[in-house]
Parts: sequence; C-alpha cells; structure tokens
Amino acid sequence: MKQVELMDVSKAYEKQQYVLDEINLSIEEGEFFVLVGPSGSGKSTLLRMIAGLEDITDGTLKINDKVVNHLPPKDRNLSMVFQNYALYPHLTVEQNILFGLNAKKVNKKEQQKRLKETAEMMGLRNYLKRKPKQLSGGQRQRVALARSVVSESPLCLMDEPLSNLDAKLRAHMRIEIRRLQKRLGLTMVYVTHDQVEAMTMGDRIMVLDNGKIQQVGEPITLYNEPANLFVASFIGSPKMNMGNAAIIDQKLVIEGVLKIPVDPADVATLTKNNGLTVGIRAEHIFQGTSENTTHELEVINVEQLGNETLLTFEIGKELWTAKWLGQWRVDVGDKVPVHISTKNISFFDTESGQLMKPASIINEQEVVAI
Amino acid sequence: MNEMTIHRESLATVDFEKVKKRQRMGSFFKGILFLLPSIVLFSVFLFYPMVRTIYLSFFLTDNSGVPTVFVGLDNFTNIFSSPIFQQSLQSTILFVLYTVPGAILISLFLAVIANEKLRGIGIFRTMFSSTMGISVAAASVFWMFLFHPTMGWLNQLLQVVGLDGIGWLTDPKWALLSVSISTVWMNIGFTFLILLGGLQSIDSYLYESADIDGAGYFYKLRRITIPMLSPTLFFVVTVTLINAFQTFGQIDMLTRGGPQNETNLIVYSIYQEAFMNYQYGTASAQAIILFLIILVITIVQFKLGERKVHYQ
Amino acid sequence: MTMPLHQKVIFYLLLSISAILIFAPAIIAFLMSFMPSQDILTGKIIPTSLTLDNYVQVFDRSPLFNYLINSFVVSVVIMLGQLVLASLAAYAFVFLNFKGRDALFFIFIATMMVPFEASIIPNFQTIRDMGWIDSYTGLSIPFFAMAFGTFLLRQNFKQIPKELKEASEIAGIGDFRFYLTVVLPVAKTSLVTLGVYGFLTSWNMYLWPLLATTNDSVRTVQIGLRQLQSQEQLNEWGVIMAGAIIVVLPTLILLFLGQNKLQKGLAEGALK
Ligand SMILES: Nc1ncnc2c1ncn2[C@@H]1O[C@H](COP(=O)(O)OP(=O)(O)OP(=O)(O)O)[C@@H](O)[C@H]1O
Ligand SMILES: [Mg+2]
Repeated sequence: MKQVELMDVSKAYEKQQYVLDEINLSIEEGEFFVLVGPSGSGKSTLLRMIAGLEDITDGTLKINDKVVNHLPPKDRNLSMVFQNYALYPHLTVEQNILFGLNAKKVNKKEQQKRLKETAEMMGLRNYLKRKPKQLSGGQRQRVALARSVVSESPLCLMDEPLSNLDAKLRAHMRIEIRRLQKRLGLTMVYVTHDQVEAMTMGDRIMVLDNGKIQQVGEPITLYNEPANLFVASFIGSPKMNMGNAAIIDQKLVIEGVLKIPVDPADVATLTKNNGLTVGIRAEHIFQGTSENTTHELEVINVEQLGNETLLTFEIGKELWTAKWLGQWRVDVGDKVPVHISTKNISFFDTESGQLMKPASIINEQEVVAI
Repeated sequence: MNEMTIHRESLATVDFEKVKKRQRMGSFFKGILFLLPSIVLFSVFLFYPMVRTIYLSFFLTDNSGVPTVFVGLDNFTNIFSSPIFQQSLQSTILFVLYTVPGAILISLFLAVIANEKLRGIGIFRTMFSSTMGISVAAASVFWMFLFHPTMGWLNQLLQVVGLDGIGWLTDPKWALLSVSISTVWMNIGFTFLILLGGLQSIDSYLYESADIDGAGYFYKLRRITIPMLSPTLFFVVTVTLINAFQTFGQIDMLTRGGPQNETNLIVYSIYQEAFMNYQYGTASAQAIILFLIILVITIVQFKLGERKVHYQ
Repeated sequence: MTMPLHQKVIFYLLLSISAILIFAPAIIAFLMSFMPSQDILTGKIIPTSLTLDNYVQVFDRSPLFNYLINSFVVSVVIMLGQLVLASLAAYAFVFLNFKGRDALFFIFIATMMVPFEASIIPNFQTIRDMGWIDSYTGLSIPFFAMAFGTFLLRQNFKQIPKELKEASEIAGIGDFRFYLTVVLPVAKTSLVTLGVYGFLTSWNMYLWPLLATTNDSVRTVQIGLRQLQSQEQLNEWGVIMAGAIIVVLPTLILLFLGQNKLQKGLAEGALK
C-alpha cells in the first residue's frame, strides 16, 4: 500500500520562485525512504510539507490514499523527529515522552504501558526523571525517538536527526534507527545531506537538487547507474572520477590525455552527441598487472587508510582517485601501472548531464547475491 | 464504496481554496483573540483618550469636562499667549536640561566604577541602584527635609562652612534647581542599572586584546567602553528625556508649582488647569503640546539612533 | 588580570564616597524615623536616644495600614494583569502567523510614544463615568496593557526554538495549551522579571492614584504619604519619615532580591 504519495507537488515561498518543482513520488508502507541532497535543495521543505508544517503551493499530497493537503499536522497521524530534538526543556524525560499522548487523550494506564515499553526499548529506563539538560546528545536523541515511537503513528519523519552527534555515535544511531524502523514496521521518511547515511540506511533514496528530483531508486542502483552527472558525483565516496571525452579514431580520449580503446559497437551511440563526459569509480581504476596494464600514471598524492590506499593522479585538468585494496607502498612522483577499461566507464551527455550508457561490467561481476 | 471515496476526493480537491481560506480566517481570529485584551485596553485608555484630547482641545467645557462651545484653535492661541504657560514651557526645558545630562553623567560614572571586578562590588551596585526602589513620594519627603530652611541638613552644612542658608524650595532662583537635584537623585537608580547592564554585556575579549596591546585605562574607556555602550546610552537618554517631560510627583510634593510658577512643569500645569481650574479645553491643548514634544523627541532619537549609534 | 594595589584603593575610595553620597538621603531619613522629635527640632545630627515612637504614631494617626493593603492589592492586580496580557500578546506575535500581525505590532510600538500623562483628562472622565473612582478597578485596569512588557516577553519567546511549537502541532497540542504548558514555564525567568518591574512601578505610581481616589477607602500608600505630609501641622518629621520608610521598604526589598534579573531583563527588552 502506498503510505505517502506526492503528485506534482510544488512549493514557492515567494511568487514564481519554486523551491520545489513538480515532485512526483510514492513511498510504500514499511519503507525506509531517504531524501538526500545538498544544502538548500529543498529537503526540509518537502518533509515539512508532508508533515503539514508548510503549505503546499501546488499539487496533491496523499497519505494512506487520502488527500491531506488541507489537514493540519495533528490529523495526519504521523510523528516527527527534529534536528535539534525539540525536547521541552522544563519537562522530565518521562513527561516529554508522554506529552503528546495527553493531548491525544490516551488513558493513563495505556500511557504507562507504552512508556515502559518504549523506555525499555530505547534504554532510557534510568533517565526517566531527568531533564533534557542532564542528558548527553545521544540520550536526548533517544528521547526524541522515544517520543516519536510512543505515538504509534505508522509514518515517521526525520530531519537530519543525527547531524548533532559525533561520528562514532552517529554510526551507532544509524543502526539503531534502522533496527527500530524494521522492528516496528514504520514507514520512514528520512532527510539527510550525508550520502553515506543515505546509502547505508535507505531502502530507497531520492536525490534532490535545486528543488528537482534527480533520481529515485535503491542505493545500489544510484551507485551503479547514476541517472545524471549530479547523482554520479553526489553519491559515492570518494566521488566518481569525471572527465571530458571524445571519440577519436575509434578510441576514447579523456581530457586529451588518456586513450582507451572502445567497443566498435558503441561508437555510433556515443558519437551522436557533441559533448561527452565519462565517469569511473575510484575502485575501477585497478592496479595493472604485466598483462593488462593500459596506462602508466604519475602519483601526485597518496592516502593510506589502513585497509585501502587512495592514489591521486592528474588527468588533464582533473584529479582522479584510485582506490586499491590493501596497503601499497607508493611514493608521490612514482609512476604506477593501472588498468582502465571502458566496461567500467559510465557515459554522460555533457550538455544535459543525462546518463547515456552505464558502466556495463558491474552487474556481472560485483554484485554478489547471497 | 471505492467510487464514493474517489468522488469525495475530487470534491475535496475542488474545495482546497475554501479550506485554506477558512484556515486563514481561523488563524486570524486566533491571533486577534490573543491580542484582544491588549487591543481593547489600548483602545479605551490610550487611543480613545488621544483622540478625545485632541477633540477637547478645540472646545470650552463645563466644570465636569463636557464640551460646550467650539472655539477652534483659540485654546492654543490662549495658552501660547499666556505668560504662565510660557513660563511653564521654559521651566520644563530648563528642568530637562538640568536633569537628563545630570542623571546620565553621574550614573555613567557610577556604572563605570561599579563595573570593576572587585570584592564586595555587589553591595555597591545594590546601593547605587537603590533609588529605583524609592518612590517619588518617599524621595520627595526625604529631600523636603534636606531642603528644610532651618532644620535641613543642606543649610546646616552651609552654616558650618559659614555661608547663609538658602531658601531651596522657596527662593524662585533656587527652586527649579533644587527640584532638579532631587530628580537626578531619583533617576540615578534606574539609569545606573541599565548602564551597568550595558557595560556587562560588552565582550571581555575586547578588553583582553586591548590589554595585550598595552592600552591604558582611559584609552580603553574612550575607545572600547563608550562606543560599545552607545546603544544602551541611546536608550537611556531617550527614556530619561521622556520621563523628564512627564515629571509630576516631586513637583506636587515639594513645591506645588511655586514659587512664582518657577517649577510649574508642563504636566503639573495640565493637572492644575484641568483638575483645579476645570479648564479642560486649555488643559487638553497643553496635553497635545506635551504629546507633540514627546513625539518629536522619539522621532528625532529614532532617526539619529539609526545613523549614529554603533550597534554590534 | 589583577589590578595593581594603588588602583584598587582609588576604586574603593571612589565607590565608598559615591555610595555615601547616594545613600545619604535615605540613611538620614532612616535615622530620623527613630529620633525623638525634640532631637529633630533642635537640628541634632546624632540622636540622643532612639525610639520606635514615630512608627507607633504614624499608624495611630493615619490609616497607613489600610493604605499599605490598598497599594499591595492594586500592585499585585496590575502585575498579574500585565503578565497575562503581555504574555498573550507576545505569544501571538511570536508563535501565531496571521494577516495583519506586523501592522498590529507596529501599533503596539506606536503606543510607546503616547505618554500616559498626556491622556489623563479623558481617562479620568472615563473612570468617573464608569463609576470607577475610588475603586481598585479604576486604579488598576488602565495599566494592564503594556507595550514594554510585550516587547520584553516577545524577545524572550523568540528564543524558544520554533521546533517546540511544531512538535506540539504534530502531537495535536492547541495554541492555548502550548502557551500554558510550554511557553509560560519555559519563560519563567522573564515573567518574574517583568512581574517585579510591574510591581515596583505600580507601587510607586503617583499621578493616577491621586486623581482616581478621593477618600481613604482605596487610597494607595504614596498618596497616603502625601496626605501625611500636608496634614502635619507641627512639622513632625520623625513621624513622616517613619511613614516614608515603611512605604519604601517593600520595594527596596524586592529590588535587592531581583536586582540582577531586573537589570538583565530591562536591558534585553530595551535593546534587542
Ligand atoms: N521560510 C522560508 N521563506 C523563504 N524561503 C525559504 C524558507 N524556508 C526555506 N526557504 C528556501 O527554500 C530552499 C530550500 O530550503 P530547505 O530548508 O528545504 O533546504 P534543505 O535541503 O533542507 O537544506 P539543509 O540541508 O541546509 O537543511 C532554500 O533555498 C531556502 O532558502
Ligand atoms: Mg534542512
């Protein structure tokens, strides 16, 4: 069943200046749906429109197949977690969690039952009598989650709930939220600007830029087949290596420097346009063996991450990064042999930015189904 | 059933504008409801009186203030040709010139010396702000005694030095000054409190970096303290200025406008004209003048403030 | 950063001299209230003996106790009225969104420019026509609406995160309930500040109680003091001073207790 459905939804704060432009989207029941995009792209606005905190300028919003454009937030049967947690500073944790239930006239016995369950689940049992000021950031976060859980609303909205936490706690909370959502069967709409968060948490991701949907899909799809240059460079870390390219003499010439042979079958489709941009993931610039080395590139920077090594090369005016598994003793200035194949390269139309041909080899080799 | 829902939905889509309109009306009424008590009281005790005062200023009235004869601007020409009102305006302006700079300079001095981090400074701060808690009536009683021609401490002090006593409140030459002195004293508490608050909100890193540069005490005072304090000073000047024009209590207690109308400040003049002489028309005309004076001050201060004051 | 010793001495000297000068009128009055009238009339500075006689006298000769009760009632009522009206208005200006809000806010600003002293004539007539002369109502209601208080609270409410309001909206908590159960408790400190300020100014009010009271039934303590002073034939300064000391005592105590808060609160309302 469709939990949330947006049809041609637009938003303008001032006349004619659309912050969101004709958004079409449906979110399934029980789905963990992530909204991701750079700052100012309209994520919060979209979320707040679903919540009913922001007017919908145009289009239709349905929740549970009912048009709710005109309903106030309280009648939409949803809960929301804010970036700053929005805990009432003068109330104890317990009162904070129960605050909304009083308004909904849930009876006292039921309240206590839910409180007990939720506190147990969130590990807040020992903090119920404390004020928010006396809690750590992570604990406050948990109280905010508890408040949302206790309402038993099927739809939960979160706006960058983890961005005030340190890296370690954030990684931990990601898993907790994810587990919670699955366990309670919540439909989650989750806003973040952090693509790692999006990739690791989402069942599906929507990439938003400048008020327009760039792509909606599963994390792996977005990674392997980015619909356009924006998604290609936004998803994945380190970001996808890009370069201008042209087909000259049946060969792909990238940034006027790298020459790679192309499958003659593709030449026709790729030369149709005048501008061609190629992209290749860092892990697809392999170390060359004596048989398959295609290029020798000069290393201009090395980053040792322990389990993998990042090497940076200069390709024309672009900097490309290669990610090699294991520890490689390479010095800046060394020339290293690499293997680059067109099978790993995605092709984009420079002008429209649209994907023309995704990297072909990924699907066959790397996705392992268990 | 299915069809029904679809049907309803399409109806709902049509009705959005109406729903929105209703919601806007709802929030408008809610807003007004929250503001209603204030709006009603402002209307009854502020806006209506303002209009009514203007209206009355064009009329002669009977003893209970009911307008009887329309006289146009006569009330205004009358008061401006009346030597008593002229005297009153002049005294008011002199009074303002004595009390505003007086209170502010003294309070500024007190605030600056009370802003140091010294042991026991809290006691001094409390003492300096204490006059804020002393009512006009009580303060007037205190000063009345100090000004007393024979028993008063001021004249006793003069005698000790070998000077003749002064008729502080009875001598036309001195009365306005005496009232001003007591007024400055009464105002010190409030002005001090506000200025001290302003001083304390200046970031200490400004002083620290000046210390590193080796700046002296007075250099810091002139280059950091005073400029950073200017918004507060600005506020204090406005408030004391407006208060000075509205002075009433100490006049009523200390001099009743005398001697020879020397201390007949404008609000006292309005009070006498209206509630002693029952001349509500001319009293209203005077009230309009007071209102205009305060309006002009507020506007001038606002314009000046926008330009000159250093806001952070 | 500690001050050199000689600088410290200078500061303490300045502070002490200023404190003596500022406090002198009050101290003198305080001393005199305990001096026998013989001492005062002969112009003694150091009393020969101390007595509570003046305090006994002042309660005997004037209905001072009644005046005190009246002032207390009027001040508390004004204080509460101001708190309720100002907080409701500030709530609307901060948390409600409606057409005409900014215009109304501008009108509130404009009220600060209308001096109460310039509108006493119609106000007196209004109170008289409503039969509110010599009543607590007439003494207090005209002061309930207060632009300054509204600003001070608005300033403070603005610091409450918008998300609290939004979270309440989602939970289905109405505006009035949010105002009562969240905004008021969270802004407690500034409410206290405003309350102290309101009480102080009401207690010290002079012109209006003078106009709005004609007999002792609801006369406030300030006007009582005026009566005392003008009725005293014999120049019994000790008794008058005792009255004055009693009048200032409640406000001075309140001021000493709330000085810090008052200072911060006033600066906030005034400057931001
Ligand atoms: N109340 C408002 N009035 C006018 N413009 C607004 C308002 N709120 C947001 N905007 C504009 O709408 C656009 C989208 O804002 P939004 O808050 O949705 O971005 P976001 O994607 O959540 O960004 P971030 O990651 O920084 O939170 C921005 O350009 C912003 O300037
Ligand atoms: Mg946002």
